[in-house]
Amino acid sequence: MTLPQDYLEYPLRRHGMDHDWYPWRNHFSIPAHAWPNGARLAVWLCTSLEFFPLNPSGKPFKAPGSMVTPYPDLRHYTTRDYGNRVGVYRMLRLFAALGLRGSFAVNAAVAARYPQLIADVCGDGHEIMAHGVDMGQLHHGGLDDASEAALVDESLATLRGVSGQAVRGWLSPARSESVRTPRLLAERGIEYFCDFVNDELPYDFATPAGPLVAMPHSLELSDRQILIDYHHSEADYARQVRDQCDVLLAESQHFGRRILSLPLTPYIVGLPYRIGTLRELLADLSAREGVWFATGAELCAAWRSRA
Amino acid sequence: MKSDPGLYDFWPYRGRPAIRWPNGARIAFWVAPNIEYYELDPPDNPQRKAWARPFPDVQSYSHRDYGNRVGHYRMMDAMDRCGVRGSVSLSVAMCQHHPELIRDGVERGWEFFSHGIYNTRYSYGMDEAQERAIIEDSIRTVREATGQTIAGWLAPALTHTERTMDLLAEYGILYTCDLFQDDQPQPVKVARGRLISMPYSLEINDVIAYNSYFATPRAYGEMICRQFDTLYAEGAESGTVMCIPLHAYLVGHAHRVGALEAALRYITGHEGVWVTTAREIAEYYHANCYDLVQADLDRRAGAKP
Repeated sequence: MTLPQDYLEYPLRRHGMDHDWYPWRNHFSIPAHAWPNGARLAVWLCTSLEFFPLNPSGKPFKAPGSMVTPYPDLRHYTTRDYGNRVGVYRMLRLFAALGLRGSFAVNAAVAARYPQLIADVCGDGHEIMAHGVDMGQLHHGGLDDASEAALVDESLATLRGVSGQAVRGWLSPARSESVRTPRLLAERGIEYFCDFVNDELPYDFATPAGPLVAMPHSLELSDRQILIDYHHSEADYARQVRDQCDVLLAESQHFGRRILSLPLTPYIVGLPYRIGTLRELLADLSAREGVWFATGAELCAAWRSRA
Repeated sequence: MKSDPGLYDFWPYRGRPAIRWPNGARIAFWVAPNIEYYELDPPDNPQRKAWARPFPDVQSYSHRDYGNRVGHYRMMDAMDRCGVRGSVSLSVAMCQHHPELIRDGVERGWEFFSHGIYNTRYSYGMDEAQERAIIEDSIRTVREATGQTIAGWLAPALTHTERTMDLLAEYGILYTCDLFQDDQPQPVKVARGRLISMPYSLEINDVIAYNSYFATPRAYGEMICRQFDTLYAEGAESGTVMCIPLHAYLVGHAHRVGALEAALRYITGHEGVWVTTAREIAEYYHANCYDLVQADLDRRAGAKP
């Protein structure tokens, strides 16, 4: 079996990227500015509120956290739902006790099913970001334009309606996109999205409907990645977040503002045996000199004002 | 297909002729940053998919891209602070995509060897002309970008054919990093010329440590130090080689780079460590050790019943 000759042709072998979405950038050559009020490190708490249907389509793949056993997988359905009933309220209480605000990336299905939860999140001053419709309906190239547009429309209409917020941020379920997803978002008033994990500061992402801000939303520092996928202990999770905080604060002395994005999942870190770790961790981070807990919209606005 | 690749002889780790590194060093220590480009939409290779998810695999593509935007600089700074030069396993198309990173390495006296054109173009199924083309492309591209003539090879994404090693030797490549059978270099059996296996590692390698073993950063740092302790002790009898293969998209995260730097500091803080590059090890070995070892291999082969 021989490969065709075009396997050795490289039409996009050129300076910069192999697409036109964004140019290459050296993270350490970005002009050094501070965040508002002289803050050096913004900590962005980004909590996901997700609905995992009992009957996911699995197309084009199952989102992390989806049902596992044969139908009806009550075990996984209810452990995920626990997060939206108990875990998240534990986290809200913790955030309020420490006076911290952040963003919540919400499936429209969660808002439609549990409007009280959205009212409680908004009532505590947190930002609502769109996170698609539910975890069984992914954005991918196999959808036609109208079908994907309908997903975005349903997500935004529901979340804007239930929350009363403008909803300018987006995280795709499972970070899965088609090539048209960014354009569909830009056309509908989304200002920033966070599916790309290639940076630690915002950058402009080109779409045919104008630029979006690509916001850093960590994969490697997420509770899912460290606690579930890597099987690390709670102590090792907290240690890695603290190590990241130390390094970013040190870098900020020379290189200016930094972002520590901390994706949180209520059915993971909101469990009784883990919440204490989160409490100590956030109390520690919030006591650091130069740390600013911000929402995604606040970070986006601050970035744009001094890009 | 063969049951044995036929690339080297069994050579037990006992009774070998002693390897003596320059200045009495016990261990030759090198660090291999993999500077890679993963294409968003590479052509299909029937034997391996580039991405797990359908196009565009935004999560995996951007996860790799992080290395070339952010992680690389943290990794490079940690190496600078410990006085370690890189021997770069290079997707040579990086010379076109991000020459800025290549220039940083050239200024530091880093070595560049080939890791294929892209890490999303696999050698499986290549005919001889195609495999020659990627070797010639690698030699030409790295020479134009750095002035260096590549001395080493690590196959793109570790994808090989049966003729890879013969071709490398024919083009004057001194070492391959594709063989993991030993902690010392060894002559590789090739049709013509001379090629040696250079100890690399699929254990003390951040991809394996983080993505297969799910190590914590500190555990990875410990693995590196314990690997060193053993090879350093054994090197008192006969010189060993230790490599730390790195990928900036993993090790360059802010919560991981500190453990790497601590391990580099530990190793470089010892006496009798030859902190060097793979090219320097290979050149020394070819000049001073190859014949000695080959004679031992020949003697053992002749002594077989």
